[in-house]
Amino acid sequence: MLAVEDLITEYGPVRAVDRVSLRVAAGSVTAVLGANGAGKTSLLRTITGLVRATSGVVTFAGEDITALAVEDIVRRGLAHVPEGRGVIAELTVAENLRLGGLWRGRDAAPVEEMYELFPPLRERCNQPASRLSGGERQMLSIGRALMGRPQALLLDEPSLGLAPRLVAQIMGMVRRLADSFGLAVLLVEQNARSALSIADRGVVLNLGRVVADQDSSQLAADERLRHAYLGF
Amino acid sequence: MTKFIDLTLNGISTGAIYAAVALALVLIWRATRILNFAQGAMLMVTTFIASGVINSTGSYPLGVGVALLSGFVLGAVVERVLIRRIESAPPLNAVIVTLGLYTLLVAIAGMIWGNSPRAFPAAFSLRGYNVGGTTLLFTPNDTFIVLVVLGVALLLALLFRATSLGLQMRAAAFAAEVARLLGVRVGRMFTVGWGLAAVVGALAGVLVAPSVFLGPNSFDAILISGFVAAVLGGLDSPPGAVVGGIVLGLALSYVAGYEGSALVPLAALVILIVVLMIRPTGLFSAARERRV
Amino acid sequence: MRRSALLRQSTLVRSLGLVVVCGLVLLVLSENITDYRNTQLAEGAYFFAVLAGLTLLAGLSGQISLGQGALMAVGAYTVALLVGNEQWSLVPALAAAVVVTLIVGIPVGAVASRLRGPYLAGATLAFAVGLPALADKFPSLFGGENGLTINPPTPPSWLGSSFSLERWEAWICCAGALIVLFALYNLIHSGVGRSMRAVRDDEIAASLCGLRVGRTRAVAFIISAGCAGLGGGLLAEVNQLAQPGAFPLQLSLFLLAGVVLGGLGSLAGAVWGAALLVFLPNWTNDLSGSFSLSGNVSHNLPLAIYGVALIGAMVVWPTGIQGGIRTLTALIRARLSARRRLRVGAAPEPSGPPSSVPPSADGSG
Repeated sequence: MLAVEDLITEYGPVRAVDRVSLRVAAGSVTAVLGANGAGKTSLLRTITGLVRATSGVVTFAGEDITALAVEDIVRRGLAHVPEGRGVIAELTVAENLRLGGLWRGRDAAPVEEMYELFPPLRERCNQPASRLSGGERQMLSIGRALMGRPQALLLDEPSLGLAPRLVAQIMGMVRRLADSFGLAVLLVEQNARSALSIADRGVVLNLGRVVADQDSSQLAADERLRHAYLGF
Repeated sequence: MTKFIDLTLNGISTGAIYAAVALALVLIWRATRILNFAQGAMLMVTTFIASGVINSTGSYPLGVGVALLSGFVLGAVVERVLIRRIESAPPLNAVIVTLGLYTLLVAIAGMIWGNSPRAFPAAFSLRGYNVGGTTLLFTPNDTFIVLVVLGVALLLALLFRATSLGLQMRAAAFAAEVARLLGVRVGRMFTVGWGLAAVVGALAGVLVAPSVFLGPNSFDAILISGFVAAVLGGLDSPPGAVVGGIVLGLALSYVAGYEGSALVPLAALVILIVVLMIRPTGLFSAARERRV
Repeated sequence: MRRSALLRQSTLVRSLGLVVVCGLVLLVLSENITDYRNTQLAEGAYFFAVLAGLTLLAGLSGQISLGQGALMAVGAYTVALLVGNEQWSLVPALAAAVVVTLIVGIPVGAVASRLRGPYLAGATLAFAVGLPALADKFPSLFGGENGLTINPPTPPSWLGSSFSLERWEAWICCAGALIVLFALYNLIHSGVGRSMRAVRDDEIAASLCGLRVGRTRAVAFIISAGCAGLGGGLLAEVNQLAQPGAFPLQLSLFLLAGVVLGGLGSLAGAVWGAALLVFLPNWTNDLSGSFSLSGNVSHNLPLAIYGVALIGAMVVWPTGIQGGIRTLTALIRARLSARRRLRVGAAPEPSGPPSSVPPSADGSG
């Protein structure tokens, strides 16, 4: 569904993404792991088009999307939940959700569906998003991305700043979404342990380069790798 | 006593004009974080166009319609061609570019239509209402002005709150990158925003032109008053722009009435400074601290 | 300690040398040109005084002010009142004009230092339109719309009876310009200049280093006000007149255009800008004459050119004429050194113009 080949992203003289290749199949979860500054967020931003790749190819549903504009990539069914949630504080919960589905028009998911998936949002539906807690914002952000009925979901550090119990909830939710909607999920995380618990594959980045690309259970079992790059 | 009533009513009608200009400035500020110093010049050009149409066809509504349409086109073109290139540059550049645009538009207007001010027709009678034997300074045209501006403000509020387009425009204004990630065509929203602001400005132009006479520099003072009104109400707040406009209109009307019209620009300056020093975000802005 | 003293001395020496050289050049120039050109020289000199202050403010300190025209008016009216009504002689009157505008600059600078970007531009815009209106409010003092006239300055007798008025005016204005050059050159290369640049580039970092942000910005404003006052006083002298019509909003916009197009933040840029302000109206008049353009077009042509140039400069070439010169000299230097290396046998260094920089200020040249 989503494939990245030999991707290079440079910020001036700094190479943030160095010949990264990976694949994400529909209905599966691939975790991208690594320390701070390893290039994980840059990778996501390059895939979605927020940053121009220096070279390499990004393919989505068989189409080369490397040179497309962000809006066009998103409108092809690739949803990106950004770092820090990206909830628009000035708009209400309902407006945030509605916004996510506007590009899809009539085929967008009904807002009601998101309230079913994330009950806490229903109570706050007319409140400005600024009033939400961290966990609620994460739910809103994911729900908003789902409104357009995407085929792929990119998540940038969803566990950031959340209590462990919430993290487990969110991760569980992501797994269920991948399974029930057949989404291709690319999950960037620093919390490697919780990410690997729901992922099918794990890709480890270090200084922009891929140092491991394995089945998640293999990765979790590889002690040397875990200690070196994942911190546990 | 009559003088006070006259000044108050006059203040409300001039305040409505300031409110319209302030609204245009606020729309652009909210969308693209740029203060459009060329706003006065842009509405001057559309008013000249209206004048040309009215003179050749004799139809006031047609002239106004053309003014509004050309306003939209002008605003959209300016955004697409000029502003798009400097959106990511430091704010200093935007100030200079809009000032350059102001200069250019004034020059072009002077070249095409000449520098001597000319008359512009009003929509309704300019004879004051007769109340119990005294003639007020308030005319049917003034009523028209106030109603139109309030109507436009309400329409805009409706657009932003109740339509998908409005939602997208607000999202693009508040969080452009996030909006992109949700498939909003942010560039297009900015263009529409500038076009819409120019339409509001064009409306203000045709409403105020009968009283200031139409010339390349006739609207400079209006720009400054509109700016002060926008700051007074809060550059982020469209309802603030309307209230700020009315309040400023009243204040300046009293100053002109009791101290003479020479002091009006200075009074506007004083009000501006006071607001910027005491409550820089304006009367209506959300408590969020913005760098002034 | 010794090092910094030497450095300080060398700036002083350099600036003195610069002033002497420029002074000699201007002297020779003034001797050999017509009276008409001398008047233009005078015009260019007083514009330079104003522009130097404005380029310091906008380029070095990063504050855009549209109110320099109003401050020029303050200087002009001060000179007109003192020379015309109180029979002061010229030099004390000019000094007084500078002092008065400095004083006016204090509250203006205090307010301005707390405003940023478009708010500052808008406030100074309101100032530019509001202040000259005072002349209408107190017509007896300020002469209303007609303004105040003063008698032309007579050249001192020891210069000989054939010394023309225009040349004397040029000398006075050039002297004023040289004083401004000396003062600002030293300022730009001093600790104060560095503080201004630091505050412009990163306020938070600067304040963390102990710099008083508000005060630094206010000082820049006050100095630029003094320069504008001097320029305005000289303008009144040359035109023998101070009236509100001479200081419209357009003047402030022309001044800004001169500074931006000449090259923000550089004194050489102020020279180019002054030349532009003096010669552009003439060039466009000649242009309109040779193409027999209509009155409306030729009248508005300088304005149109400024508008296009301002927009073009920001979109295409933000560093102005001086920036272009710097880029060119860097290119030439790189080519020369590359050629030298080739001859010696080493690999040539990558040449090419430096990427277009945002307004930088070093007062060089």
